[in-house]
Amino acid sequence: MARPSSRRPGYNRKAQYGLFASYVVAMSGAAIGLLMVIVAIFDPTGFAAIRSGTAEITRPLSAGLKSMVSGVGTIDERIAAYWRAGSQNVALRRQVEADRNRIIEATAIAQENIRLKKLLKLVDEDGSEVVAARLISSSASSARRFARLNAGRSQGAMPGMPVRAPEGLVGRIFTAGPNSADVLLLTDTNNIVPVRRANDNIPAISTGGGDGSVEVRALSAGQNPFKPGDLVVTSGIGGVYQPNIPVAVIVRTQGEIAWGVPLANPAKVEAVVVERPFEQAVSRPASDTALSSEPAPAGVAAQSPPAP
Amino acid sequence: MIDRRMQHVPRLGHYPSRWRLQGTPVVTVMLGSMLTALPLIAQSPILPPLGLLLLLSWRLLRPELWRAWIGVPLGLFDDLMSGQPLGSAMFLWTVTLIGIDLIEQRLLWRDYWQDWLIAALAIIVCVTGGLFFARITGGGSIGWMLVVPQMGWTILLFPFVARQCAWIDRWRVMA
Repeated sequence: MARPSSRRPGYNRKAQYGLFASYVVAMSGAAIGLLMVIVAIFDPTGFAAIRSGTAEITRPLSAGLKSMVSGVGTIDERIAAYWRAGSQNVALRRQVEADRNRIIEATAIAQENIRLKKLLKLVDEDGSEVVAARLISSSASSARRFARLNAGRSQGAMPGMPVRAPEGLVGRIFTAGPNSADVLLLTDTNNIVPVRRANDNIPAISTGGGDGSVEVRALSAGQNPFKPGDLVVTSGIGGVYQPNIPVAVIVRTQGEIAWGVPLANPAKVEAVVVERPFEQAVSRPASDTALSSEPAPAGVAAQSPPAP
Repeated sequence: MIDRRMQHVPRLGHYPSRWRLQGTPVVTVMLGSMLTALPLIAQSPILPPLGLLLLLSWRLLRPELWRAWIGVPLGLFDDLMSGQPLGSAMFLWTVTLIGIDLIEQRLLWRDYWQDWLIAALAIIVCVTGGLFFARITGGGSIGWMLVVPQMGWTILLFPFVARQCAWIDRWRVMA
């Protein structure tokens, strides 16, 4: 194809000015874009209102499609399950036999736990759940890891609230619109979660790797205490996430860094639960009861019980 | 047997509506940007930026269709959809379109291979730029290797998308 001639308006003054004006508009538009990015450096959630507006428009579409294709993320697993189905079946039967005893033991321990907690008058009222909803879409073409939640401010989901699935932690709410919210996934490079090893309380920090893995760094100096197979759970430090939510399993260590795979795969979980930030969940019921039972002095009402 | 679609003959004196002529490319690019509305929870940047691909296809197929400023509104819409910081595609797409204008002034002849090369350069610039913007707006240390596969199959997908664009274009101009 030969060079198009339309870009060279020749001697037509009006066309020349038109072309010039179009470049001026384009340049200033690009400059405005750059300016918006610079604003976002200092205030990443600054334009949340505009974005949640469009999220509201695409929400019905995504939610409808999601209900149609639910389970499509597990197709590979289903196919893989047919491979060596026989030997797998035997192994699973043995596993079930072994687990049954453990479940009985665990129920006994749970009952004992309730009894002991009652003795300690530390009633663990789990009023932290705000809303259960589904993840309907995600930023699949961007380097950031956001997922869109089918619930927003009107359902009680506010920015900063932790999001979890039965399998483990999913992330926390980044921005919230009226009926949809953006969840910063655990695997985003900006999502930092204080964790600890489940069997001994070695504290660590989990940062997303951006590629579906998390990077776990122990807070203690010296050699890396983690080894493949270790389970890390949230420690509750920082007051956002409840303690003991499963986060990841360590699969590989490399120097001071341990790489983990999140236990809750957002592509596979059916529904997620939005919870109150841990700090609020702990301090709120106490101040509520204090206010309702008697008009206590402000100083007493403000005091919250220490976090366990 | 002649392709049945080819038997459609535009009637003399009939022109496609303005909406069809001007609106179709814009709508297709916006639909491409809306690819992220699919119910897919990705763990890494896997989906190609289809909005960008369609923009490049239209631009290279029909140089007279748009001025460079079209990157501003279309880029803004893409930012709203993609989860990138607002202004990222707005800047990158517009700069890319201006860059294509500059290249076009210098190239005397341009065919399929040159188009693909130009598109490949534009995709590399836009994806890398998007990564850079995601990094400085709180993304932390995202490795460049993370977007290399996405870049690769976006470049490989360009001929296919350009072909589909040409197919839509035939419908567009035939009333």
